[in-house]
Amino acid sequence: MTKRYLDYLDQLEAEAIHIMREVAGQFEKPALLFSGGKDSITLVRLAEKAFRPGKFPFPLVHIDTGHNFPEAIRYRDELAERLGEKLIVRNVEETIKRKNLSEPKGRYASRNALQTHTLLETIEEFGFDACIGGARRDEEKARAKERIFSVRDEFGQWDPKRQRPELWNIYNGRISKGENVRVFPISNWTELDVWNYIKREEIALPNIYYTHERECLVRDGKLMAWSDFIYQEPDDVVVRKQVRFRTVGDMTCTAAVESIAHDIDGVIAEILESKISERGATRIDDKLSETAMEDRKKGGYF
Amino acid sequence: MDILRFITAGNVDDGKSTLIGRLLYDTKQIFADQLEAIESSGRVNEDGQVDLSLLTDGLKAEREQGITIDVAYKYFSTEKRKFIIADAPGHIQYTRNMVTGASNSNLSIILVDARKGVQEQTRRHSIISSLLGIPHLVICINKMDLVGYDEQVYNQIVEDYKQFAQKLNAKDITFIPVSALKGDNIVEGSELTMPWYQGPSLLEHLEQVPVSQDFNLENSRFPVQYVIRPLTAEHHDYRGYAGKVISGTYKAGDKVTVQPSGQTTTVKSVELGGKVLEEAFASMSVVLQLQDEVDISRGDVIVKAADGLEVAQEFEAEVCWMHNKALKPGAKLLLRHNSTETRCVVRHINYKIDINTLDHLEDVDQVQLNDICRVQIKTAAPLLLDKYADNRSNGGFILVDETSFATVGAGMVAEIEY
Repeated sequence: MTKRYLDYLDQLEAEAIHIMREVAGQFEKPALLFSGGKDSITLVRLAEKAFRPGKFPFPLVHIDTGHNFPEAIRYRDELAERLGEKLIVRNVEETIKRKNLSEPKGRYASRNALQTHTLLETIEEFGFDACIGGARRDEEKARAKERIFSVRDEFGQWDPKRQRPELWNIYNGRISKGENVRVFPISNWTELDVWNYIKREEIALPNIYYTHERECLVRDGKLMAWSDFIYQEPDDVVVRKQVRFRTVGDMTCTAAVESIAHDIDGVIAEILESKISERGATRIDDKLSETAMEDRKKGGYF
Repeated sequence: MDILRFITAGNVDDGKSTLIGRLLYDTKQIFADQLEAIESSGRVNEDGQVDLSLLTDGLKAEREQGITIDVAYKYFSTEKRKFIIADAPGHIQYTRNMVTGASNSNLSIILVDARKGVQEQTRRHSIISSLLGIPHLVICINKMDLVGYDEQVYNQIVEDYKQFAQKLNAKDITFIPVSALKGDNIVEGSELTMPWYQGPSLLEHLEQVPVSQDFNLENSRFPVQYVIRPLTAEHHDYRGYAGKVISGTYKAGDKVTVQPSGQTTTVKSVELGGKVLEEAFASMSVVLQLQDEVDISRGDVIVKAADGLEVAQEFEAEVCWMHNKALKPGAKLLLRHNSTETRCVVRHINYKIDINTLDHLEDVDQVQLNDICRVQIKTAAPLLLDKYADNRSNGGFILVDETSFATVGAGMVAEIEY
C-alpha cells in the first residue's frame, strides 16, 4: 500500500496552490505582485506548480521604487524571461513626477509609503481585481489577523472590522466594482518554512541573500547598504562588512545582517540560531511606530 | 514532520493568552525583539515575570479596548510537528469567530479555570467544537497552582466534564491539569507539583495526537477549480483539470463520474507541475487528465464511479449566522460550496440550537448574529454534497449576501433529500 502521508511542506504547498487556482477561477483580471524578494520568488514557483504545463493566468507586476537592489532587478528580468511570463513594471519615480508628490526627506526617508500610490494606480490602470502577494502571518501582528482573501475598498484600504470570516477552504472573492482583493497564498508559512521550501525546490535566489562584502552605514544599530539613495549625515560612518539580507525590499528601509552563510544550509542554520525576528532585524519601516504595519495596511499597503 | 492545526478558545480570565504565550515562549519561538517590546510595555506579573499574555495581543484597536475582535493565527514548530494556532476570543458574542477558527482545526484546546470548574463557557466552547466536527478535544484544567495542585479538584472537574460530554460527538477527549502561568504540564511535566499526574504535558500530547487518519480516504471528491489548456504546439490537445483532492484517492485507471452531468470516463494520469504522480490522496492539489473528452468546467466534481453518487438541491443544515442583519425564512442568498457558487433560498428555520445546552428552541422566526440554527435550504443548481458528519471537507459551505457579498453564514450539511 502506498504510504499516504504529506510532509508539512507538501501540505503548505497544496494549500497555496489551491488558493492560487481559486484566484484563477474566481477573478477576471488577477495579478501576482512580484518584488524580487524570496517570498514572491516562492509564489512564482507555486504558480508554476499550479498552472504548468499551461501559462500563468496572471502577469507578474513589480512596483519599482527606483531604490531596489540592482541584483533583485536583474533576477526579476531573468526570471520573467526564462519562464516566458508577462512582466509589468511601474515606477514610483513616475508617480512622484506625474502627481507632483513630495519625496520623503530626512533620516528615515523611504519611498516605501509612496509605493502604495503606484500600486493603487497600477491596479486602476489595468483593472486588476485580485493581487496575489507574498505576505505571511508570522511577519507582524497586524498580518497575523489578515485573511487569505483580503477585500479592499476602492482606496485599497484594509478595514480589520469589515473582513469576511474565512471558513474551511472556501474563499469568498465576490466583490463590487472598484473593490479588489489581496490574496496571500503563503499566509500560513513562516520564514523558516519559506527557506526550507526554497532548499527543497532548489530555487536560485538573488545573491544578496547570501554572504557578501558590502559598504554599510551603521544606523540605529542596523547595517544599511550604502547607496546613492540613502540619506547621509556628516557623522555617518561607512564600514565594510560580511553581510547578507534576510528580507529584500527597498534599499532605504532594508537592513543587512552580519553573516557568513554562503549557501542555503548556512542561512537556515543562522535563522535557527537567530534571536531576532525577521522584520525586527531588517525593517526600518516597522520601527517608526508600534502600529506602523496596521496603519500602512489601512492605507492600502499589502 | 506534519502539521497540526488547533484552536484555543477562552477569554482573558481563563489564561488562554498566557497559555499560548507559554507554548511559544517555552518552545523558543519568541524572538528577542518581540520580548523587548513586551518588556518595554512595562507589564509584568506579580512574581516579576514577563506577562506572556501580551505576546498574543494584536491590533491597536483591540489594545485600546482591551478586547480581541478576531481570529489571530500563531505559528510554532518542534522537531516533530509544525503547529498552526487559531486563537479565537471566547465571549458569547464571538461565536462566529470561534466557528471560523474551528472550521480548519483538528484539535480544540478548552480551558477550564480549576477554581471555577465546568462553566457555561466551557460547555459553549465544547459544543461549538463538536458541532464543527473537531475530532480531538483537550480539556486543560488551568490555574492548578491556585488550588494547591489538588488532585481531588482535578478529578471532580474531569467527572463533571465527562458527565456533560455524553451529549457531544467528540471522538477523543484528553484531560490535562496545567498552570499556564507557572509552566506546569505545558511544555515540561509536573513531577514536582503534581506527581499524581502520569499523562503527557500539553505539548507532548499535541506532538503525538494522530491526525493523518482525520483525512477521509474513503469518499473520493475532486472539485475542479480551473481547466489547464496550454494550446501550444507541444501540448496541443492537453486538457488538465486542476483541483484539490478534498477526500479519497485517485490514480490512473480509476473509473470516474463527472457530476452534475453524470458522464463517466477513466483517469488517464495524475500530475503536479507537469510531473506524473502515482496517486493523489486527500488534501493534495493536483491535475487530473481524463481518457475521454468530456465537458468539464469549474465547479464540476470528479468522483469515483463506484460510489454511485447523486446530486441534490434540497437539504437541511446547521448554520451559524455571522451578520448583524437577521436571517429570516425566505431569504435568498448565494451559497458557495468548494468551487461551486449558486443561489439558494432558506425555506424554513426548523429550530435554534442553544449553544450552552444543545437544546432545541422551536418556533424561531429569525436568526441573529452568533446564533446557530437548523434550516432547510433549496439551491438553484444541483450540488454534490456529503453530510458534514460523514465528510467534513465536502459538507461545509458559506452563505454570501447577494448585494454586499459579505460572508453572512457558515453551514454544515445535516440531511440530504434526493
